[in-house]
Amino acid sequence: MADEVVLLNSWASPFGSRVRIALAEKGVKYEIKEEDLFNKSPLLLTVNPVHNKIPVLIHNGKPICESLNIVQYIDEVWRGKSPLLPSDPYQRAQARFWADFIDKKIYETGKKIWRGKGEQQETAKKELIEIFKLLEGELGDKPYFGGNNFGFLDIALVPFYSRFYTLETTGNFSIEAECPKLVAWAKRCLEKESVSKSFPDPHKVYEFVLLVNKKLGIQ
Amino acid sequence: MPMGEVKVIGAATSLFSARVEWALKLKGVAYEYIEEDLRNKSPLLLKYNPIHKKVPVLVHDGEPVSESLVILEYIDETWKENPLLPEEPYERALARFWAKFSDEKCVFGAWGACRAEGEEKEKAIESAHESLAYLEKQIEGKKFFGGEQIGFLDLVVGWMPLWLGVMEEAGGMKLLEAEKFPFLHEWAQNFIEIPLIKECMPPREKLANYFQASLSYLRSLATNKP
Repeated sequence: MADEVVLLNSWASPFGSRVRIALAEKGVKYEIKEEDLFNKSPLLLTVNPVHNKIPVLIHNGKPICESLNIVQYIDEVWRGKSPLLPSDPYQRAQARFWADFIDKKIYETGKKIWRGKGEQQETAKKELIEIFKLLEGELGDKPYFGGNNFGFLDIALVPFYSRFYTLETTGNFSIEAECPKLVAWAKRCLEKESVSKSFPDPHKVYEFVLLVNKKLGIQ
Repeated sequence: MPMGEVKVIGAATSLFSARVEWALKLKGVAYEYIEEDLRNKSPLLLKYNPIHKKVPVLVHDGEPVSESLVILEYIDETWKENPLLPEEPYERALARFWAKFSDEKCVFGAWGACRAEGEEKEKAIESAHESLAYLEKQIEGKKFFGGEQIGFLDLVVGWMPLWLGVMEEAGGMKLLEAEKFPFLHEWAQNFIEIPLIKECMPPREKLANYFQASLSYLRSLATNKP
């Protein structure tokens, strides 16, 4: 029986991109249903009644929510190809720890930059650079966070690279100047088809963020 | 059983710390417990968890693992006895989803309701009830979240019987009402009776004092604001 895989997504979402990258790494065919986050579909509200958020993966009718959860699910179901998490339990724990760190820190801090101004924005910029420097430390001299192989933690982080132009433009600063290793790593990831094919145009993302700001009444 | 030295840096009052000890006990893993004074963090904690500086930290042969949910999965993958997570990927995804939900919405929802006052408190209680309703649905028809035996989600929601009770008392509110949440209430009674769980909880009075003191401190900060 063929697998039916549907992804409820929003093209600009870094969380959605994580799932697209994971599915591409595993060579899984799927259908995308694009959601308008200001006008959520009845389907989305049904399959994710708790959070009403994307991404949601619907596999043979069963919904899985929360992007990192979905990526782990994909890794466990389609285990024949391209393992995403390392095999060693300690390495897995490190990958999960840093992915959790990324989830707790990056988007919220990013929002304070692309939605904020003045001192709040300045503080957020410093915080973000500190976060990126910590991640650079974790990367070290490895080509990927996963070591020689692109993996879970790379997938968790790389979609945020599509927001760098937005951050740098709204925040008037250069992330590359402070974190060249991180940017080099992101560009290396973009050489992979699984990443580049789902990577939204950073300029379009910037326009989108401005549009959302406007809708939310933020100058 | 993998050899190695296992240490847990925890705090007696921490609900996150307790779940790690429960997991190790469930798997029959011997460990050294190190009590941390959270108001005066030790060099050991700062060395092993420099990012968050929080308990619990599991140290296995000198290698630290932080964040309780990450630690639980590490324990499950390292020591195979009495598996915590289900085998089937979809069931695992559900367990992980509800674990995160419980930590983000129920724990902080309860604590928020505890701290709040007046109209804000009413709203917080209502929100906490909504969150508990989701867990009620999950446990309905099952003895434990893990089925016949306790598993990952039981350990993660395991703060409720004691810690939630103490928060309710300290905050002057009732969240886990038996009439509203009969299945969750029954689960809580069953969970707390399990010997290895019971053994590994702080005395209620100690926890109650800790929460009262925390509340008083936070309220004093609020009233001292200019």
